[in-house]
Amino acid sequence: MPNKFFHDFIVTKNIELNVSHFILELLCPEPLPKINPGQFVEIKVEHSPSTFLRRPFSIHEVNLQNNTIQLLIQKKGEGTRQLSYLKKGDRLNLIYPLGNSFQIVQHEKVLLVGGGCGVAPLLFLARILKENGNEIKILIGAKSKDDILEKEIFEKLGKVFITTEDGSEGTRGFVIHHGIWRQTPFMFSKIYTCGPEPMMKAVARLAQIHRVACEVSLEQTMACGLGACLCCVVNTKNGNVCTCTQGPVFLSEELTGWTH
Amino acid sequence: MANLTTQIHRLKLQNPVMTASGTFGYGEEFADFVDLNRLGAIIVKGTTSTEREGNPYPRMAETASGMLNSVGLQNKGIDYFIHDIWPRLKKYKIPFIVNVSGSTIEEYVETAEKLNSIEELPAIELNISCPNVKEGGMAFGTSCTAAAKVTKSVRDIYHKTLIVKLSPNVTDITEIARAVEGAGADAVSLINTLLGMAIDANSRKPVLSTITGGLSGPAIKPIALRMVWQVFQAIKIPVIGIGGIMNATDAIEFLLAGASAIEVGTANFIDPTITSKIIDGINDYCERNHFTSVKDLVGALIIPEQTVDMNIS
Repeated sequence: MPNKFFHDFIVTKNIELNVSHFILELLCPEPLPKINPGQFVEIKVEHSPSTFLRRPFSIHEVNLQNNTIQLLIQKKGEGTRQLSYLKKGDRLNLIYPLGNSFQIVQHEKVLLVGGGCGVAPLLFLARILKENGNEIKILIGAKSKDDILEKEIFEKLGKVFITTEDGSEGTRGFVIHHGIWRQTPFMFSKIYTCGPEPMMKAVARLAQIHRVACEVSLEQTMACGLGACLCCVVNTKNGNVCTCTQGPVFLSEELTGWTH
Repeated sequence: MANLTTQIHRLKLQNPVMTASGTFGYGEEFADFVDLNRLGAIIVKGTTSTEREGNPYPRMAETASGMLNSVGLQNKGIDYFIHDIWPRLKKYKIPFIVNVSGSTIEEYVETAEKLNSIEELPAIELNISCPNVKEGGMAFGTSCTAAAKVTKSVRDIYHKTLIVKLSPNVTDITEIARAVEGAGADAVSLINTLLGMAIDANSRKPVLSTITGGLSGPAIKPIALRMVWQVFQAIKIPVIGIGGIMNATDAIEFLLAGASAIEVGTANFIDPTITSKIIDGINDYCERNHFTSVKDLVGALIIPEQTVDMNIS
């Protein structure tokens, strides 16, 4: 039985979240295989001559009843701009599901930390964590109020805390400035994070100080997504490994230079 | 169904479609997408005598119709391949060809010697053209003397089909091709990547950790075709065509230019099923054009009478 698939999905929704972010809902023509939180897809972008390689995107949510997946995408360059034009009924070629996944704990208190578009893989994760009896808190960091993504949806799964760089909502500053890190005793037994690398590194150091495990979801420039081209490597305790097959989720302590 | 079988020296292939080293892993990575037993051969990732970490990230830059890479021969070494990977590959019925890389002649010889003793592995591809390592690699492929020397040293100890992979980063690739033919190569494969560079104007920094890297993809196809054509005229041993092959039509163009077989590289990253489609497409082309054997396409380029050949050699 194959674990990875290659075929066209059909766009069922394209939801604009704000000027630079949108969600694509994609219908799978065949029953969806087992997909785990943290996994990603590689998309072939059509009508974009400058986009030669596929583009990797985290799976934002999976709906087995409707047989759909959702991707939360930031308009960053030509490829993502083309994707933002997709309409209901358009086809999109995917290789999926790729990569490893977050480790799902049970009946624990966990903290999810997302920065900007880094909340993308955390929604699916939060739902599965909740289904496994965990108590979830979600810390979302954004530039300003308008850049906070999916807050209302996360609120259905756990308590949400906000930090904004301009102070327009929640605590002013970065996620690491939130009061949750100074609570004694520190109430969480596990941290999951995705966002800009400097943010994730800072979160990983705080996790280390509080002596809790921290799983990070990395974004590296990628070509094949299958562990063949060896382009997306990250340096770990076990040498250079492919983010696409041995990641994108890593324990922060495995990554060279992430903890002290 | 046309006869798609072809031959590279003593190596018989069920069809001319192989996978280029470093773009198809060990084949297993693509087993969910392609029936590996359909392929002509799989050329596995560049292998060195000892483990190599490769170059630091970032190792890749997307470019117009192509990509630059500077992986730098990351691999676990020949012993790991023989003991930990090869046993898993034995179940497939197609030839596996190991791309042998190195920094010194001794290193190439050591790796080739170990592969000589594994009966089921029928051929090696000697990589004297990797642009992404500091010592050796391309240095062997850009001088006739060095290319001949490393080929001869491996030839002396390696008794199966010896393919030498040539670098396009030279003034006249036919000279190198003749040199390795003279030193005992059974076939040549070309081209490896073209040395290139990418700059991020915003940060004013090079994109790659190594500043320069190897360009692949459809951007290099016209250069690859030209070199295959030139080399085909210059030597008697078989030529394997590589460089930006994205579909069956591209593959046929290489056969017409003189390639006895082809390698599909970067296209695997965009469509992991592409090798299978190219095999079908070559068969369709043969049937449509009444070629009973794919061998009849090799070098079958029609040069109109009034053509002025600028490549007098």
